Amino acid sequence: MELQILWFVLWSVLWAVYFMLDGFVLGSGMLHVFLGRNDGERRVIINSVGPVWDGNEVWLITAGGATFAAFPTTYALMFSYLYTALLLLLFALIIRGVSFEFRGKEENALWKQTWDSAILVSSFLPALLFGVAFGNIFAGLPMDAAGYHGSLIYLLNPYGLLTGVLFVLLFLVHGALYLSVKTVDDLARRSQAAADKIWPALLVVAVLFLGYTKFATRLYENYFTAPYLLVVPLLAVAALLGIRILSAKGNLLGAFACSCVTILMVVFTGIIGLFPNLIPSNLDPAHSLTIFNSSSSPYTLKIMTVVVLLFLPIVIGYKIWVYRVFRAKITVEEVLGDKQAY
Amino acid sequence: MDVLTLSRLQFAITSMFHFIFVPLTLGLSMMVAYMETRYLRSGDELYLKMTKFWGKLFLINFALGVVTGITLEFQFGMNWAEYSKYVGDIFGAPLAIEATMAFFLESVFIGVWIFGWNKVSKRTHAVSIWLVAIATNLSGFWILLANGWMQHPVGYVLRNGRAEMVDFMAMVTNPFGLLKFGHQIVSGYTVAAFFVMGVSAWHLLRKNQPDFFKTSFRMAASFGLVSALLVALIGDFHAVEVAKTQPAKFAAMESIWETKHGVGLNLFLLPDEERECNAFERLCIPNMVSLLAFHTPNAEIKGLKEFPKSERPPVTPVFLSFRVMVGLGTLFILLALVAVFLSRRGTLENYPLFLTLMLYAIPLPYIANQLGWIVSEMGRQPWIVYGVLKTSDAVSKAITTPQVLGSLIGFTLLYATLGFIDIYLLAKFARKGPDDDLSAIIKPGRI
Repeated sequence: MELQILWFVLWSVLWAVYFMLDGFVLGSGMLHVFLGRNDGERRVIINSVGPVWDGNEVWLITAGGATFAAFPTTYALMFSYLYTALLLLLFALIIRGVSFEFRGKEENALWKQTWDSAILVSSFLPALLFGVAFGNIFAGLPMDAAGYHGSLIYLLNPYGLLTGVLFVLLFLVHGALYLSVKTVDDLARRSQAAADKIWPALLVVAVLFLGYTKFATRLYENYFTAPYLLVVPLLAVAALLGIRILSAKGNLLGAFACSCVTILMVVFTGIIGLFPNLIPSNLDPAHSLTIFNSSSSPYTLKIMTVVVLLFLPIVIGYKIWVYRVFRAKITVEEVLGDKQAY
Repeated sequence: MDVLTLSRLQFAITSMFHFIFVPLTLGLSMMVAYMETRYLRSGDELYLKMTKFWGKLFLINFALGVVTGITLEFQFGMNWAEYSKYVGDIFGAPLAIEATMAFFLESVFIGVWIFGWNKVSKRTHAVSIWLVAIATNLSGFWILLANGWMQHPVGYVLRNGRAEMVDFMAMVTNPFGLLKFGHQIVSGYTVAAFFVMGVSAWHLLRKNQPDFFKTSFRMAASFGLVSALLVALIGDFHAVEVAKTQPAKFAAMESIWETKHGVGLNLFLLPDEERECNAFERLCIPNMVSLLAFHTPNAEIKGLKEFPKSERPPVTPVFLSFRVMVGLGTLFILLALVAVFLSRRGTLENYPLFLTLMLYAIPLPYIANQLGWIVSEMGRQPWIVYGVLKTSDAVSKAITTPQVLGSLIGFTLLYATLGFIDIYLLAKFARKGPDDDLSAIIKPGRI
């Protein structure tokens, strides 16, 4: 297999895993003021993502780093073309990270309210912006020999916004299910109820998205050439339905697993459709950024392949270990008694 | 102002702000890991208390270091797209390796360390903070190799309209990068040592928990002395490497205009860039610059006039930063010597003046770190990759002045706010002193 293709696969895996893992942190962050009715419950929500949020965010940094190392031209153009959107994203991620750390450091209602609002906004914004960014990447960016002809306003086109809403809803359901698994009693019940309530909206937007994609993008072309690939979007749909079915049966862990699969498969569905493009041009296909015209040299790709195949399994190994260490449900009593907690 | 100037300013502000938090993370992670190991070995609760107290300050500092680091990775693409396109084949690799090898390790085990007090065994808990410490230092290794490559590019060819990597090991063993790494790591340790000594001094002046803070101070003093000595030693070798590979930067660091053999070191001088000479020079130590640059007293030093004006770095800021940094470095050795001497004799509290001095010395290693980066980065100008790519050719083409002005203002406001809050919290918890209630943490571990 050509290394560029291997790196295309790795690239899609890094993004998909990032969205699967940070998705529930972003979702929990969007829900925490609504589901947590008092300070204790809000702390339970924050502490349920506490041990893992930072490690989850590193998948984004690695996805960015991998884009830089394997497809430097795509990295350079994508990041400079999407300047303002990425800037807002950066601000949000910075604020989210410090909010977790700072919130519990003062016993003052106004202080806590401020960081609670900060968590809400800084969780909503990345979810929306990632969706908008990927929607526009799926649809292609207006670029030609003269460079880029878009702007932040351009990115907020209907298809971009629809993808943004899809991401927000995916992460809301994902986060709510995570909380229903990680918490107990009333908070867990409310979390499950929230997931059940948001799910129909997610279904509607997902159907709209799949339909609109036909008109706004050329993603389906690859599926016509290789119909067996349709298994990926079909899995996405099956997992999406599985969320509802398993939640109704009270199998919340299963429902959460389904929402993990849904996110992975949604991202794969889009990225498979892009192949061999990383960012298509919607003005002139000759100026699309492909894995072949924007990649690093074979030598660099070889080095990076060795590094990633050596270290990523180790990373996955200790990540699984950590999720096992922190698999227990979190209670208000436990959080209040722990001075190290957020 | 144009996109280039604004982008440079933004990169300077965001990386210097990031670098307020990094050095302390590098050193304090090691110190906290050592404290917890002492606790594990001896079972002495004093060390557990130390781990918890300094660990809390470590975490408040750590959070901002982590979140402001993402900005730097993104900015290469956002503001320096032409750079990223041109050197991404070789420069992207250490960044991606840093994330894969170091960031995952650091971020996962910091979670275990913060939240795992009752969930993992004491040994696993101590191993976690060691892994965090190793990971932060490892991330320094890769990022400084990346910077070392910008300073002294090796292992590449110019091909297909860009710099392509042909020898990975050449980059990994680039002496410039390795020396930079060594110099930086121990500079971080110095920051941490002076931080711990300064905070301890504040409490000792108030007679708070003297046992706790005397032990902390003594530990930090030894750590600080070794670190400060290594900073100077590795710094010396680093300067030799600079003289060899970046003669224009070296000439600016010492403000030398004419090429000569056996150049002396003027203890006091001021550059005059207009007239291309020094405004005044006093107290010259003969042959000293040649000796420092090449470890031979009669070596030839290239003066700034060897280089066309367009290829010289700004002389005055580079020269002043270097001078003050070296002066501070020397001061750190002296202060650490006294600190070791007094804390070993156990008579620290009899010297309130020295304790006050150590309190006010907290910011000095921070300043020295920033000055070092000014020498390093401003001294490399006009090049972004020395001899290969000019900074002015590296900036993104797709961004506009209002965009960058907006982001610059945004970063400045956001960072100023967060920096203010972080320093407030650090001061608050540093003043509060250690927590006596250890009940939540000495429950037996589960795994």
